[in-house]
Amino acid sequence: MGRSTLFQKIWDDHLVADLGGDTSLLLVDRVLLHERTGGVALRSLAAAGRQVLAPQQAFATMDHVVDTFPGRSDKTMMPTGTAFIAATRDATKAAGITLFDLGDSRQGIVHVVSPEQAIVLPGLTLVCPDSHTSSQGALGALAWGIGSTEAEHALATSTLRVRRPQTMRVSLTGRLQAGVTAKDVALAVIGRLGSAGARGHAIEYAGDTVQRLDVEGRLTLCNMAAELSAFTALIAPDDTVFNYLHGRRYAPQGAAWDEALRSWRQLYTDEGAIFDSDVAIEVGDLGPMVTWGTSPQQAVSIQDNVPDYASVSHRDTRDGYDRALAYMGLAAGSKLEGLPIDAAFIGSCTNSRLSDLRRAASLLRGRRVAAGVKAVVVPGSTRVKKDAEAEGLDRTFREAGFEWRESGCSMCFFAGGEHFPSGARVITSTNRNFEGRQGPGTRSHLGSPEMVAASAIAGSIADPRKYGA
Amino acid sequence: MEPVNKIHSIAVPLLRDNIDTDAIIPSREIKAVSKTGLADGLFAGWRYRKSGGREPDPNFVLNDPAYQNARILLAGANFGCGSSREHAVWALKEYGFRAIIASSFNPIFRGNCVRNGIIPIELDSHAVVAAQQPLSVDLPAQTVSAASGEVWHFELDDESKSMLALGLDAIDLTLLRQRDIEEFRAQDSKKRPWAYLEAS
Repeated sequence: MGRSTLFQKIWDDHLVADLGGDTSLLLVDRVLLHERTGGVALRSLAAAGRQVLAPQQAFATMDHVVDTFPGRSDKTMMPTGTAFIAATRDATKAAGITLFDLGDSRQGIVHVVSPEQAIVLPGLTLVCPDSHTSSQGALGALAWGIGSTEAEHALATSTLRVRRPQTMRVSLTGRLQAGVTAKDVALAVIGRLGSAGARGHAIEYAGDTVQRLDVEGRLTLCNMAAELSAFTALIAPDDTVFNYLHGRRYAPQGAAWDEALRSWRQLYTDEGAIFDSDVAIEVGDLGPMVTWGTSPQQAVSIQDNVPDYASVSHRDTRDGYDRALAYMGLAAGSKLEGLPIDAAFIGSCTNSRLSDLRRAASLLRGRRVAAGVKAVVVPGSTRVKKDAEAEGLDRTFREAGFEWRESGCSMCFFAGGEHFPSGARVITSTNRNFEGRQGPGTRSHLGSPEMVAASAIAGSIADPRKYGA
Repeated sequence: MEPVNKIHSIAVPLLRDNIDTDAIIPSREIKAVSKTGLADGLFAGWRYRKSGGREPDPNFVLNDPAYQNARILLAGANFGCGSSREHAVWALKEYGFRAIIASSFNPIFRGNCVRNGIIPIELDSHAVVAAQQPLSVDLPAQTVSAASGEVWHFELDDESKSMLALGLDAIDLTLLRQRDIEEFRAQDSKKRPWAYLEAS
C-alpha cells in the first residue's frame, strides 16, 4: 500500500467510478441546502421531474435572507425574501427533506448547525451550494461548496462528477499569543498565500497550532479556505472532534459509535505521504490581524499601517491596490489602529459560535460601546443563542450597547434588506471585505470577534489585547 | 443545455484580478427563486450610477457602445471568487456571454460555467487583450484566435469539453450509471453504516 493523504483516503472511500481524465464519480453522503440557493435547486429538480434519491441524507435551513430582528416572521426587510422562504419550505416538504425552519430550535447558519447536529461526521463527503462549506472540513470530512446545478445532481444521484483537486498541506506551528485566534491565523494564511493562493486545492491544515484549536476554532480556520479559492480544507479528526460529536443528534450511538470511531481513527495522512504543495507557517509571533482593502488577502497585523504598493506588488495589481484604497478611503501609511468606525458586527459562519460570543463578551463586561457606533451581534444558530442566554452573554452584550439578534447570516452580506450605510466603516467578524458586500459603499474591515468588541468600545479599530483579550 | 462550439465576437476587457461573484451579481439583484431575470443585475454595482438604479454609468466598460452584443468576456486572475452563487453564471449567460477568457478561475465558478454552456478559457488575458478584435473561440480545436492572426491554445479537461460541445446534461449522464451507484451504496452501507441515515 502506498502512503496516502487524509484527502486521498476519503476520496478513495467514495470513488464510485473513474470517468476518465481526472474526473471521478464520487459518492456524496450529505447534501445541505439553504433558502438562498437551495430553493431554486429543488424547484428546478422537481420541474425536471426528478426525485431526490436519499432525502434522509439531505437537510435544509433558513439562514441567508431571513430577518434577524427579535420577533421575526416570514416577512423580511429584503423585498422578496418571503418568496425564498416559502419556496424552500414547500420544496423541502415535497421532497421529504428535513428543514430547520424559522422557529425551530435547530435553525441557524448552515455551517453552524451541521456540526451542532452532527450531520457532518469525520470521513463523510458533504456538499452545499455555499462557498463556505469548507468550514465543515474541520471535523475531518471532505466538504465542499458547489453551485445550484451541482446540488441538483447530488440530490438526484447521491453523487457528483468531480475533477480531482490538487493537495496542499499548510502546517501551522507555534503557540498563539493571548488575544490571537483562529480568525487571525486564517487572515494571516490568506495574506501570505493570496486570494487565489490555494486555487483548486484541497488544503489539509496540520501542525501543533491546529491540534490545539478546539472544534469551533478549526471551523473558523477551514471556513476561510473559500477566501483562498481552495477546493476545500480539512483537518485530521482527533479526540477533540470525537468528544465534540459524541452524543449529538445525528452521530451514531452505542455500538455503532464504537464501530465508527475505529474507522475514524484511520483518518490521518500517512507519514511520508506527498502533497502537491507543502507550506509551513510559524504563527507563534502573530498579532491580531485586520484587513485594510477590498480583498481578504489585504490583511495586516493591527500594529502595522496600510502597506505601500511596493510591499504588496507581488500579489496586488497597481489598479487593484489603488481601487481598494480609494474605496476604503485610506492611503499608503494610514494607521489602522485608531481608525474611527461607524459600526461593529459580530456574526457569520466564520465567527458566531458560542466560544466567539464568550470571548467577545469577556471584553465588554463593564464597558460601553462608543457613542455613535452601531453594534450588532447575531448568534450563528438558535442553539448558540439559547446557550449564550443561559450564560447571561446576551445581557453583557445588551448592557454594553450591542443589539442582540435572532440567528442567521444577517449583515455579513447585503441581500437588499438590512445593511450598513454607504461610506460607513465597519469592523466585522465576517469573511468578505468585498466592495459593497455589507451594503452599497460600505467599508468593511475583517477581524476577530474580540477585535470587533474592542473596536466597538474604542469607537475605532482597536487591538483587543489592550482590552484584556 | 444548447451545445456551444464556435464563437466569433468582440470581447469585453474587464481585466481586474479577483472579481468576485458579489460584483458579478450583487445579492440584492437576486430577487426571485429563479435562474432567469438576472441579466439586468449583471455587474450592477459598477454598471449603474446608483445602487438599485438603472441609469448606466458611461465609465463602465459594459456600457461602452463598442462592446455591445459581445459574447466573450476578458477577465483577470481568480475570476468568480467568493460566493458560490450560480446566479453569477446565469446572469452572464442571460446577458449573452458564451465564453470567458481569464488568467485563472475560482473552481466553483468554473464548474458553474461548464454546467451552463459558458466556456471557461484559462489564458493570459493580458496577452489576448492586446490582440486585434474580434476574437474567435474554437472549442473542438481548443483555440482562441485574433483578427490579427495570433492563435492561443487553451487547456480543457475532456469531461468539461464534451459537456459543453454536446450540451450534455450531467444528471442524465450519471443516471446511466444508476446501477453502479446502487451497488456501491449497498456495499458501502455495510462498511460505513453511520453514513446512512434512516428516514425519520
